Amino acid sequence: MCQVEEDYKDEALQRTAALSVGQKCMKCKEGCAVVVIRVGDAFCKSCFRDYFVHKFRAMLGKTRLIFPGEKVLLALSGGSTSSSMLCQVQEGLSREASKKLRFSPGIVHIDEGAVCGRSAEERQETLMQLEAIFQASGFPYHIVYLEEVFKLPNSILQSVSSSPTSHGQNYKEAVDDFLQKQREALIDVEQRLTVEDERNVTHSEQIEAKFDQLSTSTAVSEENSATILSETSPSGKWPFTLEQTEAVKELFSSVKTLTAKEELLQTLRHHLILHTARNKEYSKIMMGDSCTRLAVKLLTNISLGRGASLAVDTGFSDNRYGDIMILRPMREYSSKEIAFYNKLFEVPTVFTPALDTKASDKASIHRLTESFVNKLQTDFPSTVSTVYRTSEKLNTACSDINSGVEQTDKCLLCLCIMDTKVEEASAFQATLISEKLSCKQSPDQMPVNKVSEQSCCDNQAEEKGKCCSTNSGACHPPVSNTTTDFLTLLCYSCRLTVKDMVSLSLLPQYVLSEAERRKRRAQVREQIQEFLLPPEDESDENY
Amino acid sequence: MPIPCSSCEKKLAVLKRPKTGHSLCKDCFFWAFEEETHQTITSAKLFHQGETVGIGASGGKDSTVLAHVLKVLNERYHYGLNLILLSVDEGITGYRDDSLETVKRNQQQYDLPLKIVSYEELYGWTMDQIVKKVGLKNNCTFCGVFRRQALDRGAMMLRVDKVCTGHNADDIAETVLMNFLRGDIARLRRCTAITTGSEGAIPRCKPLKYAYEKEIVLYAYFKKLDYFSTECVYSPNAYRGYARAFLKDLESIRPSAIMAVIHSGENLSVKEDVKMPVQGTCGRCGYISSQGLCKACVLLEGLNRGLPKLGIGKHHKLHSRLLRDQPLTEREEKKLKSVDF
Ligand SMILES: [Zn+2]
Ligand SMILES: [Zn+2]
Ligand SMILES: [Zn+2]
Ligand SMILES: [Zn+2]
Ligand SMILES: [Zn+2]
Repeated sequence: MCQVEEDYKDEALQRTAALSVGQKCMKCKEGCAVVVIRVGDAFCKSCFRDYFVHKFRAMLGKTRLIFPGEKVLLALSGGSTSSSMLCQVQEGLSREASKKLRFSPGIVHIDEGAVCGRSAEERQETLMQLEAIFQASGFPYHIVYLEEVFKLPNSILQSVSSSPTSHGQNYKEAVDDFLQKQREALIDVEQRLTVEDERNVTHSEQIEAKFDQLSTSTAVSEENSATILSETSPSGKWPFTLEQTEAVKELFSSVKTLTAKEELLQTLRHHLILHTARNKEYSKIMMGDSCTRLAVKLLTNISLGRGASLAVDTGFSDNRYGDIMILRPMREYSSKEIAFYNKLFEVPTVFTPALDTKASDKASIHRLTESFVNKLQTDFPSTVSTVYRTSEKLNTACSDINSGVEQTDKCLLCLCIMDTKVEEASAFQATLISEKLSCKQSPDQMPVNKVSEQSCCDNQAEEKGKCCSTNSGACHPPVSNTTTDFLTLLCYSCRLTVKDMVSLSLLPQYVLSEAERRKRRAQVREQIQEFLLPPEDESDENY
Repeated sequence: MPIPCSSCEKKLAVLKRPKTGHSLCKDCFFWAFEEETHQTITSAKLFHQGETVGIGASGGKDSTVLAHVLKVLNERYHYGLNLILLSVDEGITGYRDDSLETVKRNQQQYDLPLKIVSYEELYGWTMDQIVKKVGLKNNCTFCGVFRRQALDRGAMMLRVDKVCTGHNADDIAETVLMNFLRGDIARLRRCTAITTGSEGAIPRCKPLKYAYEKEIVLYAYFKKLDYFSTECVYSPNAYRGYARAFLKDLESIRPSAIMAVIHSGENLSVKEDVKMPVQGTCGRCGYISSQGLCKACVLLEGLNRGLPKLGIGKHHKLHSRLLRDQPLTEREEKKLKSVDF
């Protein structure tokens, strides 16, 4: 007998209609439709372009996070979404005054060839192609190599309290300020404004218009000439040594699963981008994550135990670093739309092999989730948008409380708020208990009443029949206190990543020494514990 | 190559724990499994001394292992609980017979009292009678709704303090994934709670919430527990089927992923301004319901008034009149009478 458990209405399971021959554009009713976005939304080429371009501007417009004249770093992989993002920024800057974007962009590309099985020649080849695109944009660009993680400073793992320039001031004030400064420089402004007034435009439109007229051409041209980094240009010498290439390869081959490799690479990539932004004084970073990409990422991150950071990891704005904010302006575009746009308007892209390019569908959680979402999306075209909307309802609380949060309350690697100080009845505690109970324990520990935060076994599935990573069979003494201590500095998900590593010693120095610094600080804290008055206000501290 | 048990280091290991990857001997595995359940029960404060606890018993592996472990722990740690097995007989000829037989054997093996409540007692209709009324095409609506409430109604009838069910870690993780895929924020928020329905309704809890399904099977296998292995699994709805397959794949890549999904579910924070459906209670039976009448009561009303279509589709406007036992108009009745077979 057939049974239903829940009376879910499977409204999400409707299929979309395909484009029929000779269909007209739904917007201008004249042009021949070339693209179907959603059911019934068929566009001609020019209306599609308007729709696409408008969406980008609207995203930046409604969020009002990019301040006039602000330096924004575009993280470009060469893939379709980030290339399309570059194209939108160029488009926005070349617009007539009233619709012009008014920030000052730069480009960063992280070369990960070392761990993706590429030779120096192949890497050079790809970089030449990328450079051609970057140069054509006229924006300053920075090429950074994965090897450079060995040169990163400790401070990359410390978030900074938000600076007043990016948060204290509101958007309108900032625009007005900017206008004030420019007023003396450009004289014909007042005249133009009178014209605007007569046209009866609203106040905010006035500001926008005012500003756009003022900012024309100042930022771009000036930047152009100076800042192309010769030291990192592939045509010159590599800014790293062969030993560093070997070290980064060794680090990655010491990670036992592709899932953990992906996570580690992403973490290091973020650190490099952040470092570039800080170094070159950018205050915002734009990442090219499409809606489709984000849906995959959401589900991947749930499976990796990143539920607490979901909103920060995928939201439009991500303020985990405090001083530099990550923005995801492509998050409302589907990968299909982007592919159409790139094809119709010949947006150049460069294929760069990734860690998992040759891997099977079940080689990592990332791969599995991607193929799962794609399959589901083919069967039920609303999958991606439903998942995306779900994420919109999640709280970004983590991103708003940088001040007053001790560094130790943030994960050493991903800099998200720690999610491991949870109540006793939780999946986290249950896992610790399971590990503890599966290992040898002294008789007085039975029954276990409270499990302290130390697990003796650091390795799971892949250890063939062994319980601990090093000495076979023996669970005590714990593998090493260093590993155990290190794990306590990480969030739930980063712990899983590190548990898949053979040894911590291959990690870049900045990670290890920041871990040491936090441990020392925790010890000091313990010593002075009795003198501290709750609730502590540490918002002024800045380490 | 024989491997020593990683816990006692004396006996040879007979299994590798799906949850942690450790190799354990039989006794150490039993010990670990039972202690973990004990930890869940005590840390979440699931029970209080002297309570009567109904164990939802279907005859399947989850509820059989749950009954066994609760019995063991109740004695080992002196919970002081009055445990009873609680089974539902839907009244479907030839369908529940085998599983009910299993439950009856469990009763003897564990020496726990067994109460079987029938649909006839709970609703006044057996499933067979309902099928005769509404036809095979629509019975899914009925069996789904009735089944969900049956345990709670049975528990209320027997005046137990709490009901516990055999839901395991895999079930919870699967539900998290499914609700996420469906965008069901309200259910997403509720589905990781270890205890549900605290107000008015009888609390339901899941002591095996952190136990892997594979370990439940191992436990039952090594304990030689008697269970009905072809436990009726409701044909999963589209999304649950996808979520289940996805979770199995996740587990094969990284066994800890099941716990990671639950951890994610427990730590999701939902924006305060997201509207949640108001959870009220049914005006007739007291069961949680967002409408004036709960779904089961609407279905029953339909059956009793000879208007089987009442519960199929949405007829919220009629609820107030149904509650006051007022008649419907002729036109309304006509619409609700015809049923496609
Ligand atoms: Zn058109
Ligand atoms: Zn982390
Ligand atoms: Zn043993
Ligand atoms: Zn059915
Ligand atoms: Zn009711």
